[in-house]
Amino acid sequence: MRKFIEGSMAVAEAVKLCRPHVISAYPITPQTHIVEHLSQMVADGEVNAQFINVESEFGAASVVLGASAAGGRAFSATTSQGLLLMGEVIFNIAGLRLPVVITVANRSISAPINIWNDHSDAMAIRDAGWIMLFAEDNQEAHDMHLQAYKIGETPEISLPVMINMDGFILTHAFEGVDVISQEEADSFLPPFKPAVHLDVKNPVTMGVLAEPQWYMEARCRMQEALYESRPVIKQAARDFKGKFGRWYGDVIDTYRIDGAETVFVAMGSLIGTLKDAVDDLRGKGEKVGLLKIRCFRPFPGQEIAEALKNTRRVAIMEKAFSLGASGILGDEIKAALYATPYRPEISTFFIGLGGRDIPKSSIVNVYNQVKAKQQNNVFVDLKTELVK
Amino acid sequence: MRNLETSTEKAPKPKKEKEPVVEWLLAAGHRACSGCGEALGAKLVMDAAGPNTYVATATGCLEVFSTPYPESAWRMPWIHSLFENSAAVASGIEASLIAQGRDKDVNIIAQGGDGGTADIGIGCLSGMLERGHNILYVCYDNEAYMNTGVQRSGLTPFDARTSTSPSGKLSWGNKTNKKDLPAIAAAHHIPYVATATVGYPNDLMAKVKKALSIRGPKYIQVHVPCPLGWIHPSDMTIEVAKLAVLTGLIPIYEMENGVVTKVRKIGKNRRPAEEYLKVQGRFRHLFAKGADAEEELEKIRQIAEANIKRFGLV
Repeated sequence: MRKFIEGSMAVAEAVKLCRPHVISAYPITPQTHIVEHLSQMVADGEVNAQFINVESEFGAASVVLGASAAGGRAFSATTSQGLLLMGEVIFNIAGLRLPVVITVANRSISAPINIWNDHSDAMAIRDAGWIMLFAEDNQEAHDMHLQAYKIGETPEISLPVMINMDGFILTHAFEGVDVISQEEADSFLPPFKPAVHLDVKNPVTMGVLAEPQWYMEARCRMQEALYESRPVIKQAARDFKGKFGRWYGDVIDTYRIDGAETVFVAMGSLIGTLKDAVDDLRGKGEKVGLLKIRCFRPFPGQEIAEALKNTRRVAIMEKAFSLGASGILGDEIKAALYATPYRPEISTFFIGLGGRDIPKSSIVNVYNQVKAKQQNNVFVDLKTELVK
Repeated sequence: MRNLETSTEKAPKPKKEKEPVVEWLLAAGHRACSGCGEALGAKLVMDAAGPNTYVATATGCLEVFSTPYPESAWRMPWIHSLFENSAAVASGIEASLIAQGRDKDVNIIAQGGDGGTADIGIGCLSGMLERGHNILYVCYDNEAYMNTGVQRSGLTPFDARTSTSPSGKLSWGNKTNKKDLPAIAAAHHIPYVATATVGYPNDLMAKVKKALSIRGPKYIQVHVPCPLGWIHPSDMTIEVAKLAVLTGLIPIYEMENGVVTKVRKIGKNRRPAEEYLKVQGRFRHLFAKGADAEEELEKIRQIAEANIKRFGLV
């Protein structure tokens, strides 16, 4: 049913459809509305889950870890400092191969403290071993939750999935969302059947000590499982399209890329702005296109390289960067291309950090810069007078 | 071993009904040091709890010595996640079992050492106690971070020498007294708090059984000597544990709904604090040749005295 709802509500409605056993979270802006909606659903008996209020995000992540280990479907949501505080548990959940789903309302990292959107939080824990998906709009965020549990709970994958959606820009935006019915959801997402779980009838030991002769193999298996998840993610997207007719790409998506001499690359809600900008520029005869990275981990290097093979210029728009190094997407895309004969000119831009607005004019400005010459790690719309 | 007492440990009454005895749920053959108080404590707790028990364990000696892959000493569903979150992981297990309708007739135990409980894990512990989960938390208190090489914790006793509270020209060792964690647990208004010791195994097992018969969050702090860290012979673990009680330095009691309902009296078996201190290398600096530690010893005697008064131990 189509509803005019807030992005956070679109997420809460989706989580409800996934029939979680345990939800645990700690309040932090701009994530809070998601779990407020969910706690109301639990209070009203609409969701038959245990809602566990905790003393910190660290506790929330630990609660969903235990809930998943005991064979239940578990959900949490967080952002920014909360995700960092979860950090130790985030790595541990992946190592224990527990298919928890966490929604991250992407937000910048302190200091200076700033509650608005960028991708610094998710990028900071990108090496944790999670499948990391980025939603473009609220409909995709809604739909992505059903796909996330389906992907993570696939027995041979057994990995946690992080759904990233831009804080405020998506979480607090009201728009029309086709809310899936429970019957349709149940026919898409079967009940969780864990490969291994804690059970008094069949006692197992989880979370063992792995000495040097074992540790590397365990980490290697995680790496393999992440790579093996790529076809599973693609299949989930195809299955979803088959059932619901909606398509957002699988690990990547492209927009007006045929014949494009310049291709923008980005993740998250910026895709929407870029689509408009691409349309405007195409209208003026400029040969531009767009590559959306929907799945950041596992990193779809081959798919990206293939999509960019006929492109002259690439403009990578990053909402985070590695301090002391450079753009994260930029480096990974360059590494992916290095394994191929394709050598487009790559420019990298840092944009919208700490929630700075990204008007179409900024995109046009970026386009004009890359058309003139290759650019490296340019802060877009920087107030240069403040950084001298 | 010397007979330390004559009457304080009552012989267990013969059972009326025969229950099937399942023992060694923490199986023998693990890698704990000989004389490890924590290994003994955990074995007693698990055997008291029985096989229908889920266990979440903090990082520490207990986890390390019992689960070096591909071995495991646990004959029950057992999980280790991190150092500071066994209480939160157990909370998640409990919630998950309830939501799945699998919570009937099972116990859930969260456990950790003194560091994992009183220091780094106190946030998760407090959350678990506050929320009212039906979980027993067991803290094995060996009074320092033994797994990392005997560093001071919040439960290290006054003047004990550890690798981060060494004695020296300007120091008598650890400058603080033990954090009163049972009182902190009780301040959450939970139904059952107890202290116990491997020196009195029947008492420990009875407390575990009693705790598990009560619905809601429970906390038991078990005093477990560490021969390596306390520096005493490994065949003296039980004796040292008993001396801690008989000197008044480790009071053994139960609190139900915030009120002390039972204490282990030491009565005429009371021993001077020095008897406990002298058998451990971690207090040896107080008795070294030329050490003028009378003032310090008096402070320790006063700690014992305060416990004896507070709990009416004699």
